[in-house]
Amino acid sequence: MSLAASLMNGLNLGAIYGLIALGYTMVYGIAKMLNFAHGDIIMTGALTIVISVHQFGISPWLSILLSIGVCVSLGVLIEKIAYKPLRKASSLSVLITAIGVSFLLQNTAQLLFGSSLRSFPKAFQIPTYGIGGFELKGDRLLTSLITALLMVGLVWIVYRSKVGLAMRAVAQDRDTAELMGIDANRVISMTFAIGSALASVAGLFYGIAYGFVGPYSGSMPGIKAFTAAVLGGIGSVPGAIVGGVLLGLIESFAKTYLSSELSDAIVFAVLIGILFLKPTGLMGQEIREKV
Amino acid sequence: MLKISKQRKRWFAWLLLSGVYIVIMLLMQEKMLSRHAQSLLVPLCINIILALSLNIVVGMLGELSLGHAGFMSIGAYAGGVFSLQTQDYLPPLLRYPLAILLGALVAGVFAGVLSIPVFRLKGDYLAIVTLAFGEIIRSLIINFAWSGGAAGLKGTPRDTTFTTAYLLTVLVWMISQKIYGSRLGLEMRAVRDNAIAAEACGIDVMNRKRAGFIMAAAIAGTAGVLYSHYYTILTAGVFDYNRSIEILVMVVLGGMGSMFGSVVSAITLTIAPEALRFLNDYRMLIYSLLLITAMLARQSRIFDSLKQRLKEVKRPHGATE
Amino acid sequence: MHFKQKWVFVLSLLLVFVMVTGCNQQPVAKAPVEEVVLKIGGSGPLTGSAASYGTSVKQGAELAVDELNNNGGVAGMKFELLFEDDAADPAMAVNAYARLVDQGMNVSMGTVTSGAGMAMTEEVKKDGFLMLTPSASQKEITRYPNSFRVCFTDPDQGTYAADFIKTNDLATKVAILYDKSSDYSTGIRDAFVAQASVVDLNVVEEQAFTDQSNTDFSVQIQAVEQSGADLLFLPIYYEEAAMILKQSTNLDVVYFGVDGMDGVIGQMGSEYAALTEGVMLLTPFAADSKDEKTVHFVEAYVERFESTPDQFAADAYDVVYTIAAAVEKAGVTSPKDKDFNEKMIAAMTQIEVEGVTGTMTWSEDGEPAKSATAVVIKNGKYVAFER
Repeated sequence: MSLAASLMNGLNLGAIYGLIALGYTMVYGIAKMLNFAHGDIIMTGALTIVISVHQFGISPWLSILLSIGVCVSLGVLIEKIAYKPLRKASSLSVLITAIGVSFLLQNTAQLLFGSSLRSFPKAFQIPTYGIGGFELKGDRLLTSLITALLMVGLVWIVYRSKVGLAMRAVAQDRDTAELMGIDANRVISMTFAIGSALASVAGLFYGIAYGFVGPYSGSMPGIKAFTAAVLGGIGSVPGAIVGGVLLGLIESFAKTYLSSELSDAIVFAVLIGILFLKPTGLMGQEIREKV
Repeated sequence: MLKISKQRKRWFAWLLLSGVYIVIMLLMQEKMLSRHAQSLLVPLCINIILALSLNIVVGMLGELSLGHAGFMSIGAYAGGVFSLQTQDYLPPLLRYPLAILLGALVAGVFAGVLSIPVFRLKGDYLAIVTLAFGEIIRSLIINFAWSGGAAGLKGTPRDTTFTTAYLLTVLVWMISQKIYGSRLGLEMRAVRDNAIAAEACGIDVMNRKRAGFIMAAAIAGTAGVLYSHYYTILTAGVFDYNRSIEILVMVVLGGMGSMFGSVVSAITLTIAPEALRFLNDYRMLIYSLLLITAMLARQSRIFDSLKQRLKEVKRPHGATE
Repeated sequence: MHFKQKWVFVLSLLLVFVMVTGCNQQPVAKAPVEEVVLKIGGSGPLTGSAASYGTSVKQGAELAVDELNNNGGVAGMKFELLFEDDAADPAMAVNAYARLVDQGMNVSMGTVTSGAGMAMTEEVKKDGFLMLTPSASQKEITRYPNSFRVCFTDPDQGTYAADFIKTNDLATKVAILYDKSSDYSTGIRDAFVAQASVVDLNVVEEQAFTDQSNTDFSVQIQAVEQSGADLLFLPIYYEEAAMILKQSTNLDVVYFGVDGMDGVIGQMGSEYAALTEGVMLLTPFAADSKDEKTVHFVEAYVERFESTPDQFAADAYDVVYTIAAAVEKAGVTSPKDKDFNEKMIAAMTQIEVEGVTGTMTWSEDGEPAKSATAVVIKNGKYVAFER
C-alpha cells in the first residue's frame, strides 16, 4: 500500500483517538486520576444512541442530547459514589475501584442489552468520498473538525475562564486551592462532567466510524486513549490531539508495513517504550515530588 | 491469650496441612467426593498459588499489576513446550519438576526485563504498563507457530495430580511466609507504605520492587505449568485481562498483604462460582461490585480505627477536663 | 480484619460442604418421573462474548428434546437435556462436565467451542460415554473412538470452499481476510490456501486481524482493494463479517463465507440489509431453505424463541435426533442396559440421519459425511445458488 494511503489511514484513525484522549487527559490533569471507566462511558454513550434510536424510535439529534445527558450523569454519579470517598486513599485503592467501575459498566450493559454487537443507526451515516484513489472518509473529517473545535473550546475554558482557573488551581495543589476558597469537590465534579460529555461525543463518532457497538466496545478505545494521552503528555489538552494523531499513524504504519495481526502488540510496545524514555510524554511537564 | 510457642505453632500448622490432605484423599478413595468437587481440587491449588503470588505485588509492594495472567501463561507455555519436546526421553519424575522450574525461570526472566521500564513509573502508569504487557504476551502467543497459534498447545502430558498440586501449594505458602517474615519482606512493605521515607532509610527501593515483582512472576509461572499439565491444552484466550482481574479480586477481598486472606478468598472464589452456577450470568457483575465495595469499606475502616485511636490518646490526658 | 476472615473461612467451608454433598439443579428439558430417562448432557458458553453460540445450541437441543418427548419418546425412553455454562473456557468445561456426570448424564454433547472441548474430551474418553458435538470443529476433537461430530471440520470447509469457487468459476483473484486468534478461522484458511494451490486458484492477498483489534479493518480492506481481487473469502463469524461489510462499501468484490457467516443478515439489521446483497456462503444449513424439515424446524424455533435459528441451533437440533437414531439402531431400552455406551458408539457408524444440516452418515473417525449447499443472499434472504 502506498505511503500516502497509509498516511491517510493513520490520520483517519488518529481523528478518533484524539477525541477519545481529550476527555481522558482532562480528567487526569485535574483530578489526578486515571479514569479506567472512561472507555466504558464512551460505550455507554454510543449504546444509548443505538438503543434510543432503534428501540424507542427517538430522533437522531435528540438521541445525541440524551446520550450526553446519560454520560454526564453517569460520570458525576461514579465520581460521587466511587471516587470521592477515596480521595485520601492510596492511589492503589482508587485504581482498583476504577477497574471495578469499568467492569461494572461493561457487565451491566451486557446484562441489559446482551453481548452481541449492535448496528449503529443509519441516520448518522456520513458518506465516504473517493478522491484521486484515496478514501476520504467524511465521518473522520467531521470528527477532526469537531475535535478541533472541542479542543479550542476546552483550552478556552481551562485557560481563559474563571472555572478554568479554579480547575488549574485544584490541579496544581488541591489543599491550597481549598484554602483559597475554591470548592474542590465542585470543581472535580465539573471536570468529570465535562470529561463524560466529551466521552459521549467520542462514542457518537466511534459508532459512526466502526458501525457496531457492544458492551465490551469501550475497553480497547480506553486503553488506546490512555496511550494517546501519554504519548502527547498526559494532562496537556493539545497533547491529547498530538498523541492521538501520532498513535493513529503508528498503528497505520505498523499494520501496513509490519503486521496487521501484531499491530496492537506494537502499539502497546510503543506505549511501554515512550513511558520508559519520557515518562511524562512528549508535551508533558516534569513532576517534582516534594517530601 | 494462650502463650503458644513458635515450635508448637509450627507443629500445629504441619498437622493441619497434612490433615487436610489426608481427609481429601480419603474422601476420594471412598468415592464420597462428587465428581464436580473432584474437578475443583487442582484449580483450587492453582488459584491459591496465583493469589499468593499477586499478593506479593499488590499486598506487599503496594503496586497494581494488571497483567499477572501473562506471567502465568509464559510459565505455562515454557513448561508445556519443554514437556512436549522431552516427553520421549525424560521420565515424568524428572521432567515434571524441571518443567515447573523452567516455567518459573522463564516467567521470572520476563518479569525482570519488564521491571526495567515498569518501576520507573508511578502507580497509574505502572498498572497500565502491566496491562499492556499482558496484552502483548497474548498477541505474541496467538501469532507464533511454536505456541500453537490460535489452536493452542495441545497434548502436554498430564503430570499434574492433586498430590503434586497440593505439594506445590504448600511449598508456595511456605515461601510466601518466609518472604513476609524476612528482612526483604519488611523492606518491601516499607516501600509500600512510604517509598521516600524508605529510601531515606537506605533501602534500595528499585531493587526491592524488582525483587518482589520477579518472585511473584516466577510463582505465577509455576501455577501456569500446573495448569498446562492438567488440562493438556493451552490457548491464549485463557490467560487474558479478565483472568488477571479475577486474581486481583481474590487478593483484594482477602485483604491486601494478608497471606491467609489470599488463601481463603482464593478457595471461596474458586468454589463459589461453581457451587452457585445459576448466578453465572451475574458473576462478573458481582465481582465488580465486590471490588468497589471492598475498597470503599476498607477506606472507611481505616478512618474508623484512626478515629478510635485518636480518642484513646486523648482520654488519659483528660483528667483535668 | 481477622474477624471478617474467620467468617469468610466459615462460609467457604459451607460451600465446600454443599459441593461435596452435591447440589441438584433443575434440568433444562425434563421428563416425568416414572419413565425411563435418557439424560443428554452438554456445555457451551452461556456467558461471555461467545454467549450467543452457546445459547443457540442449548435452544436447538431443547426444541428437539421436547419434540421427541411429545411424540412419545424414543424406544420407550424420554429424553432429558442437561446444559451447563462453560464460557468457552477449558477449565470451566471440565468442571461443567464433572457436574453433568454427577447429574447422571448418559450421552454427552461435548462442548460448543473446540478450545474448551479439548480438555474435557480426555475425561469423556475415560468414562466411555458417547460424545456427539454439534459445533466443535477442530480435527482433534474426534480423535477418540467414542467422539463424533455433526458439523464440518475446519479443514473440510476450507477445502470445499476452494473447490467450489474454482469449479463454479466465481473469481480469478481471491483475497482472504481471516481471524488469526480463532482456531476456527485459521483452520479453514489453512485448508483453503492448501487446496487453492492444488486446484490452481489464485490467492492474491491475505490479511488478518485478531480479537484484540477486531473493530477497525480499514487497513486490511485497503490492502484487498489494492490487490485487485474480485472475491473476498471470509472464514469468520458473522459479527466481524457484518463490520467488514459496513466498512468496505467502496470495495467491489464478491463476499464469500462459510457456515460461521450464517446470521449476518440478522446482525446487519434492516437498515443496512442492502449491504448483504450478493453475499455468498457455503453452509449445510440455510434458514430460508424450502425443504420440509428445515421449514418445520425454523417455524418451531421462531415460535418458541422469537428469533431465527442459526447454524449452531440447527447442529444441536440434529445432534439430538442423531442420538435418537442411534438409540433405535442400538436396540437399547434404558441407559442402565448392559454395554449401553458400547452399543451406542457402535450404532453411530450404522445410521443415516436426515437432519436440517443435511443427510449424514458417520465413519469411525467420528466425521460426518454430508454436503454443503451454497446460498446467495438476495433481498435479505438466502437463496440457493444457481450457476
